[in-house]
Amino acid sequence: MAAPQTLFEKVWRSHEVSGETADTPAVLYIDLHLIHEVTSPQAFTVLRQHGLGVRRPERTFATMDHSTPTRTEQVFGGAPITLEDAARQVRELERNCTAFGIELLGLRDARRGIVHIIGPELGLTQPGKTVVCGDSHTSTHGALGALAFGIGTTEVGHVFATQCLLQRKPRTLAINVNGALPPGVTAKDLILAIIGRIGVGGGTGHVLEYRGETIRALDMDGRMTVCNMSIEAGARAGMIAPDETTFRYLAGRPRAPQGEAWAAALERWQQLPGDPGARFDREVDIDAAALEPMMTFGTNPGMVIPIGGTIPQRSDDPVFAKSLAYMGFAPGERLQEHPVNVVFIGSCTNGRLSDLRAAASLLRGRKIASGVHMLIVPGSQQVKRDAEAEGLDRIFLDAGAEWRESGCSMCLGMNGDLVPQGHYAVSTSNRNFEGRQGIGARTLLASPLTAAACAVRGRVTDPRELL
Amino acid sequence: MEPIRTLRSRTVVLPASDVDTDQIIPARFLTTTTREGLGRHLFADWRYAPDGSARPDFVLNQPEAAGCSILVAGQNFGCGSSREHAPWALSDFGIRAVVSTQFADIFRSNALKNGLLPVLLEAPAHRWLLEHPGVPVTIDLEHTTLTLPTGEAVRFPLEPFARYCLTQGVDELGFLLARAAQIDAYESQRSLP
Repeated sequence: MAAPQTLFEKVWRSHEVSGETADTPAVLYIDLHLIHEVTSPQAFTVLRQHGLGVRRPERTFATMDHSTPTRTEQVFGGAPITLEDAARQVRELERNCTAFGIELLGLRDARRGIVHIIGPELGLTQPGKTVVCGDSHTSTHGALGALAFGIGTTEVGHVFATQCLLQRKPRTLAINVNGALPPGVTAKDLILAIIGRIGVGGGTGHVLEYRGETIRALDMDGRMTVCNMSIEAGARAGMIAPDETTFRYLAGRPRAPQGEAWAAALERWQQLPGDPGARFDREVDIDAAALEPMMTFGTNPGMVIPIGGTIPQRSDDPVFAKSLAYMGFAPGERLQEHPVNVVFIGSCTNGRLSDLRAAASLLRGRKIASGVHMLIVPGSQQVKRDAEAEGLDRIFLDAGAEWRESGCSMCLGMNGDLVPQGHYAVSTSNRNFEGRQGIGARTLLASPLTAAACAVRGRVTDPRELL
Repeated sequence: MEPIRTLRSRTVVLPASDVDTDQIIPARFLTTTTREGLGRHLFADWRYAPDGSARPDFVLNQPEAAGCSILVAGQNFGCGSSREHAPWALSDFGIRAVVSTQFADIFRSNALKNGLLPVLLEAPAHRWLLEHPGVPVTIDLEHTTLTLPTGEAVRFPLEPFARYCLTQGVDELGFLLARAAQIDAYESQRSLP
């Protein structure tokens, strides 16, 4: 009898064109290649230089999200993209997709959105698939039981030309999460706590598999939030075994299998969860019942504390001191009650419908504090329509927030949505690196619930005070 | 790709740990559609003040750094985004090797594809290099050693295929294209979803 296998091993093995040897990496077949405007142009240039085509254009899917504007008048009103280089990048993606026969959801397409939101939303991402994209948050798609990871632009070129990648098999790390998340504590708080526990390099060289009753109880949006930030712990991929929640989510989506093909797919997908007794290289246990709303205080996602906690002291670490100096914080200080200038809700981490619902649940009937700039950006145009159908946009606008078109927006400073120098931004995005949201921006990562609470008070606020 | 057998240089030491790719090259420079000329944006927000003037206290702006091609950094170098613009910027600036105790997976992979060598050292040798900035060292890819000025040759791990590609100047794309028949066979055998 074959040795018991983990979810990861099953997906990996079924995609080996050839296995790894001591001298050579495995040749791994890629089922779905997602591309966007920022990390693809140089790969198309390589194809042209070598006179090559895209081997499987039907397995390649393009959208634009990073450098695109989110103001309605810029997206739909005929006003040009103000950033000249961004406009050129978008035009180049259009030209390349036409030249190489790749389906592209253009700027005004009703299905456009952040690449990691629309892959699952359209049903392109499916259990057991290998999914890559020139973007580190490709780990998001692992929430559906896919093996999904970010690649560089040279590798984007490899997949274009051969539909394959040369890869060494990573190690496996099980994150076992049990217990019920307390009220006010969300999937975002869980993943921030996990990163705080294992560190920003703790998952390096590994694929994570999130397991346990807490993970099983999460909806797909929450699972995607967790897998999304696997890379912030250093792991290229995070996976969750597909189950009824996954299958219900996928059923009827436009690119999911339909009819007889659905029944056959379901049968395949049900074989994917790890076998009893399958071994991981490492395991970490997390008690979800003990978690609190989390917030970062430093300049990487591992610098995180419960929102009521105090910033730790590490007197022997100059890097830690430099990070606190950038943030304008001192050891021993509390985050709670610290003034907030900007609140951003959106991104591939927390730009889905349930994230917007969570924010709306706190903003309904309330106003954001004066002086706070709140930007709410849906992860896709579909999320936008769904939110508007429920009237969430009215709640946001009535509270005094801005409601935009979909895109990466303020998660990274390359599309015009920026946090001003020195300002404190409570953000539902994934990275609090120096300058990530704009030069000198000070990012406090948190859940949509916490972000909304902070917007209402204009200060760092435990959302449980407003529930 | 040019074959690399040995690298000799004085080191430039950037003692920060968890240096993320947003520091190596901030996102606002990613709207380019080419890979050339990114060296001028390397560590832009650490190198330059908001008015564009060079910050004299930043290590790469100091006269001793001129001509150094080996960067010694703190642990976990290159974490964060998958942007290959990070190794492109380092290479364009003239860095040929980065020394650390840990590299982020995507950065390491991207670096190797661009002839930028990630040298993974154990803590003692790494600490010695952090404490002795500007020393001349030699990196030998045949023997995968880094030789300190004390004469001590420290081994570092390098995946055999990566070493082969670097020392022979082999491009991975060519290697993959040569496997077209195997890929055809895989595609025809498997009922692909």
